[in-house]
Amino acid sequence: MAEENALKPFYSVLVLAFVCSALVAGAAVGLRPLQETNQILDRQKNILYAAELFEEGKTMEEMFAPIETKIVELASGKFVPQGTIDPESYKQLKAALSDDTGRQLTREEDIAKIRYQEKYSLVYLVKEGQTIRQIILPVRGKGLWSTMYAYVALDSDLATIRGVSFYEHGETPGLGGEIENRQWQEQWQGKQLYDDSGRMALQFVKGKAAGEDPAISHQIDGLSGATLTTNGVNNLMEFWFGDHGFKPFFNQLKKENANG
Amino acid sequence: MAETKTELLTLSIFKRNPIALLVLGICSALATTGQMTTAFVMSICVTLVVAFSSLTISIVRFQIPSSVRIGLQIMVIATLVILVDQILKAFYFELSKQLSIYVGLIITNCIVMGRAEGFAMSNPPIASFADGIGNGLGYGFILMSVAFVRELFGSGSLFGTEILPLTTNGGWYLRNGLLVLPASAFFLIALLIWLLRTIDPSQQEKD
Repeated sequence: MAEENALKPFYSVLVLAFVCSALVAGAAVGLRPLQETNQILDRQKNILYAAELFEEGKTMEEMFAPIETKIVELASGKFVPQGTIDPESYKQLKAALSDDTGRQLTREEDIAKIRYQEKYSLVYLVKEGQTIRQIILPVRGKGLWSTMYAYVALDSDLATIRGVSFYEHGETPGLGGEIENRQWQEQWQGKQLYDDSGRMALQFVKGKAAGEDPAISHQIDGLSGATLTTNGVNNLMEFWFGDHGFKPFFNQLKKENANG
Repeated sequence: MAETKTELLTLSIFKRNPIALLVLGICSALATTGQMTTAFVMSICVTLVVAFSSLTISIVRFQIPSSVRIGLQIMVIATLVILVDQILKAFYFELSKQLSIYVGLIITNCIVMGRAEGFAMSNPPIASFADGIGNGLGYGFILMSVAFVRELFGSGSLFGTEILPLTTNGGWYLRNGLLVLPASAFFLIALLIWLLRTIDPSQQEKD
C-alpha cells in the first residue's frame, strides 16, 4: 500500500472521479441515439401488437403504413389543427409536466394516480381509405409499484376493445408483471367498455370471467396474486375512458360521423 | 499466492463458490433467477463487472490510499455497471427491459466488492482478472442452476421455450406458484449449499 500523504486521498479521489464521470458521460451521450431508436421501435411494436397488425418478417414502415398519427385536445375532443403540434416530435409525458401543455389533477379526478395529465394526446388511427377501422390510444396509470403504460386499440364503434398491449411497467415479475402476458391480453378482445347507459362498465373479476352473467361482455379475469396491479389497471381504464380521458374525443368523433 | 491462473479460474466454481461457500451476492440471485434468460444475462454482466473491476483496481492498487479505498472501489464498480447498463439498453433492449433495475443493482452485489477488496488489492492484474472471471462463473453456475429449477417447475419452460405445457395455456402441468416467487430461491440455494458441502466436506464450517 502506498505511503500516506495527507493530500493524496483527495487528489486520488478527484482523478478517479474525473475519469469515471468522463467514461459514464461518454457512454450516455454516445449511446443515446441508439437507445432512443430502440425505445421508439419498442413503442411502435406495441402499438401494432395492440391493433393486432404485427406480423413477423415485415418492416416497421410496412406495418405502420395504414396508421395515421394525430393529436387530440383531450378537453374538447377535437383534433389539433395540422401544423400546430408535430406528432412526430410530440413528447406526451414531458408535456404533462409543463404548465402550458399539462395540468395537475385534483385528488378526486386522479383515479389512475398519474398526478399530471397532458392537455393533448397522441392517437393512432388505423385507416382503410378514408374510414377509420381502429383507434389506438396511449394510456397509463399506477399499479402496485410503478406506472404502467399501455396501448388500447378500439373498434370503430368506439366501445369494443380490439386489443391491449402493456409495454412498460415495474410490477412484480410473475405476478403483476403478468400484465405483459399476451394470453391474458388476448381475453380483452371483444370486451365492451360502456354499458347501455354509456357508463364505463369494464370490470376485472376474480376467478374466471365466464358463465351466465349478462355482464360477461364487460368482464376480464383479474390477475391472481396481483390484486393491487389489477386494481391499478381497472383505475387507469376508468380514468382514460372516462370524462377526463378520451370520452370527449369519442363524443366528438361520433358527432362528426353523424353530421356526415 | 501459490495458485496458478487456471486454478484461480476453476476453484471459484465449486471449491470456493462465492454464493455457496461465502454466501455473498444472494439478493440478486433471488431476483433474477425466475427465468434462465435473465439469469444468463445477469451472470455475464456480473462476470464482466467483477473481472474488469478487479483488473482496474489491481492495476492502480499502489496508488490507492487505504483511507479511501472502499470509496474508490465503489466508484470503479459503479462506472463499470453504468457502462454495462447503457450498452444493454443500446444493443439488447429487450433484455435490458427484463433485467430492469437489477443491472443497476450489480453495484451492491457483495461479490464484486468482496473480490476487489479481498483479492485485487493485493494481487497482480492478470491474476485478479482471472479471479474475477472465476468468481463470475461461480456466481453464474449457481444462478443458472437455481433458474433452471425455478423456470422449469415454476413456468414450465426453459429459456422461454415451453417444456411442460401449463394448465393456464391449456396444457396438463399445474405450475408451482412458490417457485415463481423470489423467496423460493432461498430454498434452492440452501439445497445447493447442502449438496456442495456434502460432496466436498472441507467446505463445512467448524462448530
